[in-house]
Parts: sequence; structure tokens; C-alpha cells
Amino acid sequence: MLAFLVKRVGNAILVMLTVAFFAFLIFRFLGDPVELMVNESATQVERDELRARLGLNDSFLAQYVRFVGHAAQGEFGLSWRNQQSVATLIAERFPATFELVIIATLLSLLIGIPLGVFTAIGRGRWWAESLQLSSIVGVSLPSFFVGIILILVFSVSLGWLPGYGRGEVVKLGWWSTGLLTASGRAALVLPALSLSLFQITLVMRLVRAEMLETLRADFIKFARARGVKHRALWFRHALKNCLMPVITLTAMQVGNLIAFALVTETVFQWPGMGMLFMQAVTFVDIPVMAAYLCIVSFIFVTLNTLVDIAYAVIDPRLRAA
Amino acid sequence: MTIVEQTAKKPARITPSWISRLRETDLWWSFWHHPSAVIAAALLLLLVASAFFAPWIVVQNPYDLASLDLLNAEIPPIWMDGGQWRFLIGTDTQGRDLLSAVLYGSRASIIIGAASVAVSLVVGSVLGLIAGYYGKWADSLLMRAGDVLLSMPTMLIAILVSALARQALPASLREIGASAVIVFAISLSAWVQYARTVRALTLVERNKEYVQAARLIRVPTWRILVKHILPNTTTPLLVTATLNFGLGILIEATLSFLGVGMPPEQPSLGTLIRIGNQYLFSGQWWIVLFPGLQLCLLVVSINVLGDWLRDALNPKLR
Repeated sequence: MLAFLVKRVGNAILVMLTVAFFAFLIFRFLGDPVELMVNESATQVERDELRARLGLNDSFLAQYVRFVGHAAQGEFGLSWRNQQSVATLIAERFPATFELVIIATLLSLLIGIPLGVFTAIGRGRWWAESLQLSSIVGVSLPSFFVGIILILVFSVSLGWLPGYGRGEVVKLGWWSTGLLTASGRAALVLPALSLSLFQITLVMRLVRAEMLETLRADFIKFARARGVKHRALWFRHALKNCLMPVITLTAMQVGNLIAFALVTETVFQWPGMGMLFMQAVTFVDIPVMAAYLCIVSFIFVTLNTLVDIAYAVIDPRLRAA
Repeated sequence: MTIVEQTAKKPARITPSWISRLRETDLWWSFWHHPSAVIAAALLLLLVASAFFAPWIVVQNPYDLASLDLLNAEIPPIWMDGGQWRFLIGTDTQGRDLLSAVLYGSRASIIIGAASVAVSLVVGSVLGLIAGYYGKWADSLLMRAGDVLLSMPTMLIAILVSALARQALPASLREIGASAVIVFAISLSAWVQYARTVRALTLVERNKEYVQAARLIRVPTWRILVKHILPNTTTPLLVTATLNFGLGILIEATLSFLGVGMPPEQPSLGTLIRIGNQYLFSGQWWIVLFPGLQLCLLVVSINVLGDWLRDALNPKLR
């Protein structure tokens, strides 16, 4: 078990170092930070001095090591656009993205699991098959178009829910939450729904496939022979055995959701990390882009590693791999 | 005399045309017994044909600035007040006929989607064959590279590559190179999937007797790989390629929507939706709706086909 743990964590660290290397390459070689930081009239001496102070004359390896060291402490330098610390900028935006992703994940489980069970037990009936077919539509819809349609229907035409922004937020220390005010909750509905649609269909299809497999198992036949009620059979006996892959999928998809939130946040003008990143892309604000890349990859890799380790804890056969 | 005639006729029966061979396959039977697959195929055919024959169907070249007239801007679809027969589904804010723009945009989508599948399929298969057949360091290097690429969400890589390439490319190349950059951005993480599939199958096939026999009679290695092993990996690749075709179209549209894809003066459904999105609250809903619907139809029909193909080719489900 220890060997597996060391190997898996070592692998994760290797991947992170590679990602950091690419972030560093972008950071170091696209655009000259000195040119962007000094004013027009700076003399060559001043420029050289700044260059030395920023450590840009050190060897490539030394600069990379320093970059990784700083990144590991959450230090990504100053934004080129407004000279603020990148770490503060991201910390300000992180709660908005986090709340959006968590709510979208919850929605996908609350809607996806029941739909999956129903399509499995109704297999062959028209309503289950048409639901299954419509799930392909759900996978195919571009998430930005879903967001626009939701805005068009519920915000522009019906005027029920706000179509942009985050509503009123409450400060809890450095964390800002929109969950405690009515306008904050109302603003969360449409973005969360549009972000979760893809995930809902994914969960639904997975639950359906797993349920169909489980319903064929012997213990289900025995339970039926014993006279267990249908509903208890489906939801207690069968569904329980399907949840493990669903939990895995959910954990693995959180990273993807954060990346996809980028699109949703742009559509809904949601002040999260994704919008920060898109603004950084527009203004070629390299430090912010590098930081975003590192943070999202870190979340992604950490979750994947944790899932693998959790599996090894539960199933000893996987430890050899 | 009769013998000569018979041998002359025979080859036609021994090697029947590819159409009649196709009609005897299980796949053909399965296709015609799945109404959703037939409908999706017909729809896709219609969309592709209309996109490629667009210049002969529509009233103007929407991306030729000379043919645009600002007086025609923001005309609503034909069934609304102020609609004109010339512009069936209305015009955008620059007086562009929306139907023409949508058809030109779908053509760009289809070409970019197909090109990204072709590039990643070829690169992925070649690398997968090499990794699976030679093993050793080539294998571990390629698979680790794949691990790193898959450790980041595909969409994020595409956005990043596309955005950075705009900065790195000289200004003169940016317009011409835009589609190439997008194809590269999509393929960069898409090849891993093909490479992993081909590698896994190559590992199985390389030790089989027919490969050993080929090696014994000194068939060149590249020939063993391409002519003997590769054909045995095509079935799973076909499904992945179909689904990735749809995915490629979606990624291109998303990139253009975010403003890091196609430049505004080139046709793209994503760009049309981005422009339309700015007029969402002022009532010109058709600018965003029709390009979006076209995009959905395109991707849905491809994915329905891919879904059918996966089930039809899966021997466990028969």
C-alpha cells in the first residue's frame, strides 16, 4: 500500500511539475515583463537594474525552480494589467466559482440519479427510451448556447430570474457568499443549471448503465423472490450498488466543471475565476493566465489522485498497479 | 471458348462491388432498423450538403464586405413585422443575411471538425502503433505525455493554446492561420484517446501468430504495422472519431464564442452567437437563436450516429 501511495503521489507531483513548466515557459517567454513594467522614458541602466532585481539574468533552471517554489506557496507575482497581486485577485474570485461548481454538482446528482433509475427500470417503454435519446441531445448542446437560451426565456421574456451578475453577496472573512441573500440565490439558479446540464446527462447515463447491470444480478432475483417491494428493490438494493462509479465520476468531473465554468461565467457575467481568466486572455495578462492554469490543474490532479487512492483503500487488488 | 468466357465473368462474383458487400453487413442491417440513426444520417447529409453548396443557395456572400448594406441591418425573420423575403431568417447588425451567414458558418465548423479528427486520428494512430509495438522508452514517454495532457481539461488546453498562439503568431499570419491554430488546439489533447486505444490493441495483436508469421518472412516493420495490425484497430477508432467530430465542432464554436477562435471577419457559428449575445437584451433574439440551433442540429445528429455506432459495433450488446 505504501509503495502504491508513493508511486501515485509521485506521479501527481511529476504531472504538476510538467504543468508548472509549461506555465513557466509561457510566463517567461511570451512578452517581456521588463518592457511592460517600466515607463517609456526609462534608461537602459534602469532596465538592466530591474531585470537583475526580477532575477531574469539567472540561469533557466534557477528561474524555473524559483517559479515552482513561489507557485507552491501560492505566490504568482503581480498582474501586468493592474499591478495587483495575482494571489489576491484569484482569492477574491475563487468563492464565486466554487459556489457555482458545488451547486451545479449537487444539481447534477439530485436530478441525474433519479432520471438514471427511471430510464433503467422503464427500459423498452417509450418514455424511458425517449428520455434516453434526449440525453444525447443534452450531451450535444453547447453549454454557452444553453445559457443564452435560459437567459432568453427566464430573464428576457419571463423576467423571473436575473440573467447576469451574482446578486448581493455577504462577506464571511475573506470568503464572499451569495447563498445567504435572496438575490444571490436567485442569481445562482440559471448559471448553475446551465453548467450542470451536461453533468446531469452524464450521471443519468452512467446510473442507467450500472442499474441495468445490477438488476440482472442474482441478489436482485433473490430479493424479488423474497417479496421485497419494487421501490425498495430499486432504490435501496440496486441503486446502492451503483453509487460508487457515480461518486468517482463526480469527483473527476469537478475539475472539468471548473474549466467549463469559464464559458458559463462569460455568458452570465459571473465574477469568478473563469471571467478573470478570460479578461487576462484579452489583455495578455500572462501571470494571471499562468496562475489560473496551475491552480485548475492542481485541483484536477489532486482529485484524480484522491479518487485513485480511495479506490486502492477499498479494493486491495488495485494496489499492485 | 466457353471456358474463357466463364473466367472472364467470374471475378465479378468473387469480388462483389463494395456496395453489395456493405449491404450484407450487420452494420447495414442495424442502421436501417434504428429509426433514430436513419433520421440523424439524413439530417446530417442535408446539413453538410446545404453547407457545402451554400454559395449556390444563398443570396449574398455574407463575408464579402462589398455585398453588405447597413440599411438592411437588424431585419427580423420573415414571419414577423418588417420581415423581407430576401432575408428569410432576418439579418444581423451589419446587414448580413443570417441564413447565408449560418450556412457559411456551418461549412467552417464541418471543415474544422473533420480536420481536427483527421489530424488527431493520424497522429494518435501512428504514435499508438509505435508505443505498442516497440514498447520500452518510446511507450513510457508517449503515455506519460498523454497523462499530462489528460491531467488538464480539454477545453482549457484549447482555449489556452488558441489564445497564446494569437500572441505568438505574427500579425500577417493570424487571419490565415486561425483555422490551423484551432485544429491544432483541438488535436493537441484529442490524439491521446486514439493513441491509447491503438496501443492497447497493438499490445494484444503483436504477439499473435499472423504477426509472427509476417515477421518471419521479413515483411518490413512499417508494413506489418500499417497493413497487418492497424486494420484490426479500426472498429473502436471509428466510434471515437465520430464522437470527436461532434466535440471538435463544439470546441471551435466555444472558442469563437469566447473570442479566441475565428477572427470576426471569417464565418463561424460561434462568432455569430457571440455577436448576437450582445443584442440579447435589446430584442434581436434571432441573431443568436438560428446559429445556435444550427450548431445544435449539427452536433446532435453526429452524436446520435456515434451513439448508434457504438452500440451496433459492441458485440456484448448483440
